[in-house]
Amino acid sequence: MKVELRINGAARCAEVEPRQTLLDALRENFLLTGTHAGCEHGVCGACTVLVDGEPVRSCLMFAVQADGYEITTIEGLAPAPGELSVIQDAFCETHGLQCGYCTPGMILAAHALLRHTVTPSREEIVEAISGNICRCTGYGQIIEAVEFAAARLRIANTPRPRHAAHEHPHAEHDAPVEGVLAAAEADEPAVEAK
Amino acid sequence: MSADPASFRFVSTNRRVREDRRFVAGRGHFVADVALDGMLHVAILPSQHPAARIVSIDASAALKMPGVHYVLSGDELAAATDPLMNGLDTPNVRRHPLAVGQTRYAGEWVVAVVADSRARAEDASEKVRVSYEPLPFVINAEQALKPDSPPVHSAHGSNVLLDRTFVWGEVEKHFAESPRQLSFRVTWGRNSTVPIETFGVVASWDPWREMLDVWASIQMPKYPDQIARALRIPANCVRVHQDVDVGGSYGVKRGIKQTVLAAHLARRLGRPVRLIEDRLENMRGGDAHGPERIFDVDVAFNDAGIVKSMKIRALDNAGAYAGRAPFQLGKPIGAIVGPYKIESVQYRAQSVTTNKAVQEAVRGFGQAPTNYAIETAIDKVAAAVGLERIEVRRRNFIGKHQFPYLIPSGSTYDSGDYHAVVDKVFAHIDFAAMEQERDRLRACGLLAGIGIAACLEPSGGNSSFEPLLNEKNTTTTWMDSCRINIDGLGFVTVTIHNTSSGQGHETLVATVIGEVLQIEPDLIRVIRPDSLACLPSNSPVGSRMAIMLGGAAFHAAQKLKTKLTRIAAHQLGLAADKVAYASGGVSDPSSDRQLGWAEIVNIAHRQYHLLPEGMEPGLEATHVMQVPTGTRLPENGRVQMYPCHSFEFHVVLMAIDPALGKPEIRRYVIGHDCGTVINPHIVKGMTLGGVAHGLGAALLEEFVYDDEGHLITQSFMDYLLPSSHEVPEIEIVHHCTPSPFTVFGQKGSGESGYLGSPAAIASAVNDCVASLGIGFNRLPIRISAIGDAIAEARQHHSQKPQKQEPAQ
Repeated sequence: MKVELRINGAARCAEVEPRQTLLDALRENFLLTGTHAGCEHGVCGACTVLVDGEPVRSCLMFAVQADGYEITTIEGLAPAPGELSVIQDAFCETHGLQCGYCTPGMILAAHALLRHTVTPSREEIVEAISGNICRCTGYGQIIEAVEFAAARLRIANTPRPRHAAHEHPHAEHDAPVEGVLAAAEADEPAVEAK
Repeated sequence: MSADPASFRFVSTNRRVREDRRFVAGRGHFVADVALDGMLHVAILPSQHPAARIVSIDASAALKMPGVHYVLSGDELAAATDPLMNGLDTPNVRRHPLAVGQTRYAGEWVVAVVADSRARAEDASEKVRVSYEPLPFVINAEQALKPDSPPVHSAHGSNVLLDRTFVWGEVEKHFAESPRQLSFRVTWGRNSTVPIETFGVVASWDPWREMLDVWASIQMPKYPDQIARALRIPANCVRVHQDVDVGGSYGVKRGIKQTVLAAHLARRLGRPVRLIEDRLENMRGGDAHGPERIFDVDVAFNDAGIVKSMKIRALDNAGAYAGRAPFQLGKPIGAIVGPYKIESVQYRAQSVTTNKAVQEAVRGFGQAPTNYAIETAIDKVAAAVGLERIEVRRRNFIGKHQFPYLIPSGSTYDSGDYHAVVDKVFAHIDFAAMEQERDRLRACGLLAGIGIAACLEPSGGNSSFEPLLNEKNTTTTWMDSCRINIDGLGFVTVTIHNTSSGQGHETLVATVIGEVLQIEPDLIRVIRPDSLACLPSNSPVGSRMAIMLGGAAFHAAQKLKTKLTRIAAHQLGLAADKVAYASGGVSDPSSDRQLGWAEIVNIAHRQYHLLPEGMEPGLEATHVMQVPTGTRLPENGRVQMYPCHSFEFHVVLMAIDPALGKPEIRRYVIGHDCGTVINPHIVKGMTLGGVAHGLGAALLEEFVYDDEGHLITQSFMDYLLPSSHEVPEIEIVHHCTPSPFTVFGQKGSGESGYLGSPAAIASAVNDCVASLGIGFNRLPIRISAIGDAIAEARQHHSQKPQKQEPAQ
């Protein structure tokens, strides 16, 4: 049957079997292979995508159930080809991965956390990624990545005093009186930037 | 050969891992991402019986289903292919990708169904009717040893694959002379590495080029050779694409049966064929379980806690076919005394077949279970003589001035300073404060304890255990290789000849070559050509890549540096030893004259008339590296195994709520010495991941079979991988004792953490419950077992003998 999905901000149509999972539809119909199959019974979290901003296991959801929702996959996070979001870059900075198989799901889980929580505690990070199994890292550098990303997003989102905005005197003309809000939208999926 | 650590530009610096960029973007290239035109899909019908004769297979209904192309039986496949490689000399233990004539474990693959889609193949597999006649079976290793037990392979005559006893040194004399002795049994439960990506393979046969193309989630030495042998085709008709990213392996991604099956189907059907295991196929029939081992240990020691001699009997439950299981009893011989000065050892290695799934190589290749047995022995000696566990270890450690140190079984340890690492760790944690914290927890009504373990990580893998356990095997090399090309515009491209499963090889070789040539590593391209364009290499096994791939890259870069220097010296009219190489340029120290990188490249690529006489044009260098030690065949049951020996020392503070039985790790510290670290991020990640993996083995993970011979932990609901909730924050204390056998002094770290954490965590649990007079002697130690044992001990108000969990 035909489904109309909004994936990474774009409307996409496909003919799917009613029993086809969202995971299989993303990979096979839309060629979004960054979403991975791990256990296909809803435990490991490798297939995590965001549905209306919340992490969901795409192996436990039929493609037809996703009709009408905003789906965000890992491919929707990078602001431009070859350019990483703040969270993706943080995973590179702390080496929060090894084989990279669980990584897309892990980053999307982190992304969902940091949308709600500006200053997550270690416990909150542990809880947010606890539905995503990583066999390589023991989670240490993943937690560091999320902490690092949170810190960078906080700095980027904090209104700064006018004089600190730019060293260049001409910049004052462009800077709002209350301060500047650096572009953290780059880390939001395209759908949310609109 | 070692460079001066203080002078490193790139080695040991906190550089990013270049592989990470593609993965965080979801742009890895995993096998399930390979999609070929006309590709068909395979689903598997497994055996429902632990042992049964296959009476008949009726595929007629399945073949009528829409989109179904083929149903393959074991008989057809066995007629068209040779049995899978068996490392031991046991010719009657034959293994084929699909069961032939009879099944030997529940979950064994019996029939393969090929269809347009995986879903249709699965639908059709339900329509295949297999008629079985059940046979007697055995799942317990000790039962399997008995002469009256049903043989898993009747043609082999018994279930014994291997039964070798080695005696290194004067064991009986040392036992007779020792005033104290003790004996115990510990059991290592059947678990594995269980990567989040299952095994997968895509095969395509081109009859006009006579070429088999293979994309696979593979980490296996000699993989193309094994495919060619099994399919009876020349090895240069097999092209394995090594640029496939492997979604975790830690040893087990060795899907030769899956590959032979898919390759045969691709040839038979003239279409590309894909087989991606689902989780159930992977857990139950993917032939990727790990060691399952009973250790019976006798220790001879004195009142000062000095261990003189050990007798170890290791009985391993191999499963239904030989696989790599028997050799995983062999590798630990290279560190059979651990970090201790034990003078003699008797080691009996027994491997038996049972009606369980087949084992594959698992991180450490048998070393983690062996370390658990050795460390348990040291804890028990400490208890027997009334000394602190750490004091007994200190007294038995090999001293730093004793290296290189020859152990009784024939391996020489390269270097180490175990006392220094322990001192550093104790200073870091303030051990007295940790003991006070333990006492405070106890005062709060919790069962609290401290676990300790010390162990070695033999690294730089060779395959000396093969000739040691099989006299017909005369392998004495286990090379790895690297090729560097500087193109006509001066850009550097390096080829490496293995797949990667997250170890960061591209970062490793770029760092090493950048270091030698003194050029920016990020400008170096690293690629993995297909296997027909590869130089001989043996894949990332045995913690070998920093040593072997790093070594090969180092030597190839040195060759290029020499060539660059010779070209420039010739141009400057000087001998090569009279000029200075720096950052890609060559200068005459006695004048201002110099040649830059671009000039030298230009001469090499375009100006033959300016080259030294007899020199080949171009700038290309290869190096095929031999493992630094272990170049001889075994003599008298002794052999040099791996060249390098990393050291780790674990301290764990644990608390158990007696009402719950749940072990909570309050603090975890590991001291780690793997010599010179090439990339700190990578070593840190492997160490943290290894500890977490070992935590799973110690407390959570087990492939449990019921009395009917069925696997009952076959999903992630039952086979429990540690999540972020279970893994504590882990503190690493670094130490560096360079290896004299490697180019930068590096040692291996791919198994670090995992080799000692099961022992340390078991030690902590036992320290927690010791006050109740109970202990645990088999892994994993589940919450339920702890809770039950505590309840029983409290109920009876009396000391109980050691509690053993009933499950297999």
